[in-house]
Amino acid sequence: MFGLEGYSSAIFTGLQQTLLVGLLAMLLACTIGVFGALAKTSSNKLLRVVASFYTATIRGIPELILLLLIFYGVPTLVQDVFAGFDVEVIIDLNPFVAGVVTLGFIYGAFSVEVFRGAFGQVPAGQIEAAKAMGMRPWVVFYRILFPQALRYSIPGLSNVWMLLIKATALISVIQLDEVMRMTKIAANATQKPFTAYLFAALLFLGITLVSMMLQKYLENKYTRGYR
Amino acid sequence: MSWHVIWDNAAWLLEGFWVTIQLTASAVSIGLFIALILSLLTLSTHRFYRWPAEAITFFFRGTPLLVQLFLVYHGSGQFRHELDAIGLWSYFREAYFCAVFVLALNTAAYSSEIFTGAIRSVDKNQIEAGRAVGMTSFILYRRIILPQALRIAWTGYSNEIIFIMQATSLVSIITVLDLTGVAGRIISKTFAIYEVYIAIALLYLVITYTMVFIFSRIEKRLNRHKA
Repeated sequence: MFGLEGYSSAIFTGLQQTLLVGLLAMLLACTIGVFGALAKTSSNKLLRVVASFYTATIRGIPELILLLLIFYGVPTLVQDVFAGFDVEVIIDLNPFVAGVVTLGFIYGAFSVEVFRGAFGQVPAGQIEAAKAMGMRPWVVFYRILFPQALRYSIPGLSNVWMLLIKATALISVIQLDEVMRMTKIAANATQKPFTAYLFAALLFLGITLVSMMLQKYLENKYTRGYR
Repeated sequence: MSWHVIWDNAAWLLEGFWVTIQLTASAVSIGLFIALILSLLTLSTHRFYRWPAEAITFFFRGTPLLVQLFLVYHGSGQFRHELDAIGLWSYFREAYFCAVFVLALNTAAYSSEIFTGAIRSVDKNQIEAGRAVGMTSFILYRRIILPQALRIAWTGYSNEIIFIMQATSLVSIITVLDLTGVAGRIISKTFAIYEVYIAIALLYLVITYTMVFIFSRIEKRLNRHKA
């Protein structure tokens, strides 16, 4: 298919890896985002400082550097530290796990801002009313704050998702068999690099298109009660 | 741990640092020019102008930068004879040329989206008033639309410049010796993996926050009439 001598099916297998890494990383990013946003708006100064430090550093360093630092740097750092105590450890990170964790941490920093904005949009009067009713902070969060914030965070989270899924292409650098790496193999084997990379580009365009439609659907669904 | 590696190779890292700055400056200045053209085309009422501009923007925003870099740098090899015939092969053979070419188009696509939105949000009455006093389209753009659109677009555009600065780190994958590329070379010689990556991560942080500082000063100056 597409003059790639059957290598297009290999690229499709890569697509599964790409989507799996992307979805798991997005899940991690959202979890970090919710807790980070709560930390940033909390009354505890230490939590605020830690959360701000996290978002400020992550957003100031290119994704590629963070990926290389975590995949190649952290294991050697740990080994060096242990070697200082005359203990020999060998750490071999799995590229799949390293990819999910790195992307999750990077885009977690972006999600923190999204959720912080969304939490801020829930009227303060509702929170006060809930507290006055005697709800505990946790109950206020999951009954009042979170369900409404989720609606406000859809556009922001969709943006994060589109950036994240494109960033999965970087994981090919640490040898995970996702779309880009399979495309590289196809490009070398068939001697048609342009065709191969164009094919990969079209796959990503397809993901973007589907994501855009999904965003529209979700926005419509969750704003239905407000029109 | 061998932190002295950083000082031993400081001059080399500085060279890489300059390549990163130059790449960013070239991509942003060429990209700005293309972005303005793309925005004007997108805002045109004529389909013949609007559709190609929208297609270019969609392609560059919907696919990963890494795919675009590979498509041009490796993909151009597939058309070697054709490019040779029109005298362009000597350009596309050079990784640096491909890097600037792709980065400029990529940032142009994202920036044109920001500019289009900003131009659309300029008060319609002012444009009508400008037409009514007999301004030509050119003067209308220069005196009424662009100065106001610039203020609206500045926050988004300055973020985009910072994004593209960080994105230049990807060109190291197509063998350009920018800050990240130099770091890779130093590591393959010295095996000081985390020391070098932490050092350049800090350098990128410094570049990012210097840019943030300068851009917020410019933003204050652009909006000084509001204070």
